[in-house]
Amino acid sequence: MDRIDLIGLQKRFGGTVALKDATFSAERGEVIAICGENGAGKSTLMSLLAGSRQPSNGWIEVDGNPIRIGTPHDAFDLGIRTVYQELSLLPDLSVAENLFLGEMPVTRFGRIDWRRLIADAEDEMWMIGMPEIDVRRKAGDYPVAIQQMFEIAKAIQPRPRLLILDEPTGVLTQRETDLLFERIAELKADGTIIFYISHRLDEVLEISDRLIVLKDGATVDQMTRAEATKDRLIHSMVGRSLTTIFPQRRPPTDEVLLQVRNLSAPGVEEVSFDLHAGEILGFSGLVGSGRSETMRAVFGAEPRSAGTVELHGVAITSVTPRAAMNAGIGYVTEERKTDGLALDADVLDNAALASLDCHKSGPFLNRARQAEAVGQMVSRLDVRPRDLGYILRHMSGGNQQKVILAKWLLMKGLKVLILDEPTRGVDIATKVQIYGLIADLAAQGLGVVLISSETPEVLGLAHRILVMRSGRIAAELNPETTSEHEIFVAASGVEAQAA
Amino acid sequence: MTDQALGALEATAKSQPMPKAMKTNLIFGLGIVVLIAVTAFTSDAFLTERNLTNVARQMVTTGLLAIGMFVVIRSGGIDLSVGSTVAFAAVLAAGLQGTMPVAAAIAIALSVGVIVGLINGILIAYLRLQPFIVTLAMMGAVRGAVYVYSETPTYATSPFFLKVLGAGKIFGTVPVPFAIFLFCIPVVWVFMTQTRSGRAIMAIGMNPETVRLAGIDVRAKITLAYVICGFFAALAGVLLAARLGISQPSVGVAYELDAIAAVVIGGGVLGGGGGSVAGMFGGVVALAIIDNVLNLFNVQSYYQQIVKGLIILVAVLVRRKPED
Repeated sequence: MDRIDLIGLQKRFGGTVALKDATFSAERGEVIAICGENGAGKSTLMSLLAGSRQPSNGWIEVDGNPIRIGTPHDAFDLGIRTVYQELSLLPDLSVAENLFLGEMPVTRFGRIDWRRLIADAEDEMWMIGMPEIDVRRKAGDYPVAIQQMFEIAKAIQPRPRLLILDEPTGVLTQRETDLLFERIAELKADGTIIFYISHRLDEVLEISDRLIVLKDGATVDQMTRAEATKDRLIHSMVGRSLTTIFPQRRPPTDEVLLQVRNLSAPGVEEVSFDLHAGEILGFSGLVGSGRSETMRAVFGAEPRSAGTVELHGVAITSVTPRAAMNAGIGYVTEERKTDGLALDADVLDNAALASLDCHKSGPFLNRARQAEAVGQMVSRLDVRPRDLGYILRHMSGGNQQKVILAKWLLMKGLKVLILDEPTRGVDIATKVQIYGLIADLAAQGLGVVLISSETPEVLGLAHRILVMRSGRIAAELNPETTSEHEIFVAASGVEAQAA
Repeated sequence: MTDQALGALEATAKSQPMPKAMKTNLIFGLGIVVLIAVTAFTSDAFLTERNLTNVARQMVTTGLLAIGMFVVIRSGGIDLSVGSTVAFAAVLAAGLQGTMPVAAAIAIALSVGVIVGLINGILIAYLRLQPFIVTLAMMGAVRGAVYVYSETPTYATSPFFLKVLGAGKIFGTVPVPFAIFLFCIPVVWVFMTQTRSGRAIMAIGMNPETVRLAGIDVRAKITLAYVICGFFAALAGVLLAARLGISQPSVGVAYELDAIAAVVIGGGVLGGGGGSVAGMFGGVVALAIIDNVLNLFNVQSYYQQIVKGLIILVAVLVRRKPED
């Protein structure tokens, strides 16, 4: 594949146009960044290339010849490989089997050739720079960041001609990101075309040769890396310049809202902290450092082996989410698709889930009042489309996240809101909205716990930063005086040579 | 720099105990051994050749159905139509012998199972209907077809069919149907764990979308699973007809439940993602022995049903995954 041309690609789902006009081309060895807000049509575009959907209009040409990509299998035959944003590994299968799922080597008799499979998989892990991985182990035994590297290894092991990476670094730590970039450079030298989708503008500017901007389903701007600036990108993506990304911080009160003492749980050891009313408390740390585990234990979603959790000085003794919610704690989880949402239910049902008790007539739910409350919240958070009957599965990540936020903000007596990676897979415009919302909530006297792997986010929003390492709190830092570098050093526990 | 951190993760990942499912299988296996030992001491009838041959014979139908059910359940589905397929195959295999060579009669009976499986598979995989509903409908439709073919029992006449396939014994001790069942077990094990198609079926039960995106034809593999299930159901019907000599159109009612129970006792998970061939085999053996023991101790059949129900519940309870 020396050249691929996308010509007037269009995709309609019933009445809605998800992709209006995607037209651009790429040549051998080019890294093309595809930028755009959520709902701009990036995922739809990728699904057309991956063969999982068919365009309603327009076509794709490879080396000047129109082609049809009818199934994922066709895409494979053309050498098109995709790494999806959501992990798609089978956690109960070995790493090796996951890597070669579609093309397991077999012996002459049709039996799977385990020895070759293991050897090939080990070669793959060696090439991607992680020779220490035991490919016989189950994929699910490894942390999410490593699993994402498996996904990438799976996509690049047959030497793709076109590699599509959809938010590949979302869950990666710096180490894996570096490994990924090295591999991209190698593939590029080898002539592979790479489509790189990411919300991280710094990353996109670092890695791409050319940048394509999608807005409202159409390619609205193209530029080479030399021409590109962050401001121009944001301007084309959002249609306006973003002067300040992070809102002003208001000082927190002295009132202690949430008090956690010597909390221990699986993956958590003797964690203590206070959260004040009006405070945004940032939690940093590497993937698997125990941030989410701590919060799950606080929320009662995971058993605690020791320690106390008090709200306004009243201990929450029973370890259930119900008890935590009754005390006024809300929890936006990390994995919105698996435990944050009922994907096949609509906006109303999802958003009303944590406040079912508030809108009742006698023993029955009062749907009208529910709809009214949800409707107000949905417009306050600017969820699009503003349709309470819209099914969550069809929404973009940013809007799904807003629905989850709406669910918790509707909860009666909310005092503490725990946000676990609230902006993962969310476009920049929505991010800014969520930042504003977090600051507003704190200003109204809520206590907010913010777990985020995006260090600038924690630095820009939090009043204090707690850095976790191996289940313990390793450092408490002041965002006014600390730096990304210092946080990284505290999180990894090793003096970094170059972070 | 973070190599150390990764090393630590590695270390924790490696020092894992034996998988829980395997432990449970071991405990269940021990349980059966203890049950056999206790029964052997308390009942003179148990360890006689006649009784054991009986147990082996009775195991065959449930066993063959469990094989097919195992494949389907691992693919994330279920097949309720196997009991009716047993009846159809049995009635055909016996009834057609009068008009054609016995081999042809058997071939037709087996093809019917394959066709039922094919219809199930196409409806489920290509038209995306729910397995439970599709096979429930097929259960009724196939049973109806059996009665359309013959309202009265059919009788087998072929000496080969009755004397060899039905009543024959290998080395003078092992009943032929049981030998066929035993032979099928490693075949299915090799298919499910050592071939691309088998691994794909198991992976589909874990996450069909992942498998589809890996370039595997998920619909064809799901269809294959139901075809396999239909085939084994028909095989069970043929061997049943051979053993009994007479095929009632009403035979096989509720057989699917025993098959599902055997798979579940062996660690199978409805909806896919769990269970092994060895576990399924253990489940079949356990059910057969429990039946036999209850019979030997003259437990009334109603109580037998209660006991069996309890055993299934206990098995599922023990295998319950801890809440995450």
